[in-house]
Amino acid sequence: MKRTLRRLLGPVAVALVALDVILGLFVTPPDIEQGDLVRLVYIHPALAWVALYVAFAMAGICSLLYLWPRTRSMTYDRLAASAVEIGVVFTILTLVTGSIWGRPTWGVWWTWDARLTSTALLAVMFLGYLALRRVPADPHVRARRCAVAALIAAVDVPIVHFSVIWWQTLHQGATVLNSNLTPTIHGLMAWTLLLSFVAFTLLFLWMVLVRYEIETLDEGEEDAELADALEARRQEGAPA
Amino acid sequence: MWRDAGLVAGRDLRIELRSRVALWQILPFAVLVLLLFAFALGPSRQALRQSAPGLFWLAVLFSSVLAAQRSIAIEGTPATRELTRLLGLDPAGIFLGKALALFVELVALEIVLLGGIVLLFHVSIATWLLLLATCLLAAIGLSSASVLYGSLAGGARTRATLLPVLVLPVLAPVLIAGTRALSASFVGGGPDGLRWLSILAVFAAVYTVLGIALYGPLEESS
Repeated sequence: MKRTLRRLLGPVAVALVALDVILGLFVTPPDIEQGDLVRLVYIHPALAWVALYVAFAMAGICSLLYLWPRTRSMTYDRLAASAVEIGVVFTILTLVTGSIWGRPTWGVWWTWDARLTSTALLAVMFLGYLALRRVPADPHVRARRCAVAALIAAVDVPIVHFSVIWWQTLHQGATVLNSNLTPTIHGLMAWTLLLSFVAFTLLFLWMVLVRYEIETLDEGEEDAELADALEARRQEGAPA
Repeated sequence: MWRDAGLVAGRDLRIELRSRVALWQILPFAVLVLLLFAFALGPSRQALRQSAPGLFWLAVLFSSVLAAQRSIAIEGTPATRELTRLLGLDPAGIFLGKALALFVELVALEIVLLGGIVLLFHVSIATWLLLLATCLLAAIGLSSASVLYGSLAGGARTRATLLPVLVLPVLAPVLIAGTRALSASFVGGGPDGLRWLSILAVFAAVYTVLGIALYGPLEESS
């Protein structure tokens, strides 16, 4: 069941991203003010949505489920780790596409705006989580440490965001999900934008599932190697 | 919990008093950081005075990572761990005690560094009350977060490099809010300073509560 889902999800996600690229690059009209630059809107917000909301929420919820004694399972630990790992890629892509967009429109590659700064800090926190995962330890100890680290980071993000907003701000407001939930752009552009959100979310989920599978296989491999090594030692010790 | 916290804090501070690691290694490092900043910025009075609050907190942050490593190293030896377990100390109490000891060390450090920036960076203090509140609240937040992350960062071999990567991004709000509140206290800006104080207070409260709740499960597993 899980395998069929994963097999199905991959082609669908890739096809939707391809459709998004075609619509975004060739079909939709250029913007009056921004010209062709506006085409970045079909990548950048969707990447940011996945990186800052989907990946982070998934890592947080899975960590919480791991820490909760009644739902504790290594599945959640592996899922959280996969979500963070793919989330790092999306976060960095968000920063890169934003930077490419910022250069022609704002005239700078980087500005110390609240959202940029908190995204950059979030990327560093994600990297810290991955560094923590690489510390050799018993899998359960590692899972517990990582889950706690993810939760602390999740609690920290609103404080970071709040303090950075007060610190300085200049970024454009949210376009689709503004406070009264009415999209401020229309027609084909809005549909392509919506498609990009769906496409990148599915792509993320597929990558997480594949990564999860690899992680599971890896651990199985380690166990098998250990069992082999134990068996070999036993053979050495056995009287001929 | 409170009695255990007092015992652990007393032990940590007594070890510091006898070994003098904080006095002879961490404090000189903090002062050195201030001097190096001045070298990097040049001797212009104006530039030094303007960047003094930020440099002050950066020096505190760097030194607090060192102090936290030291504090966790005391706890991390196998004999200490077994002994605290045998004594049946409350994990929340151990956390509070370690955070309290670190807090005392950080406040001492802040006093020396404040003297440093007043002397070397030519700043003058307008609102003493704001300055006091900023330093105390920031020290509570820094010490709680550092002790919590210290116990996360694993064994001695990896901690030295891992702890800064883990803890410094998390401490960013303290740096931002501390810097702003400190510069407000230099120019005498009350309301602005209060706003930043509220961030420091929230940070301190959140990390103290998290530490009390999570330190037990973390130590138990390692």
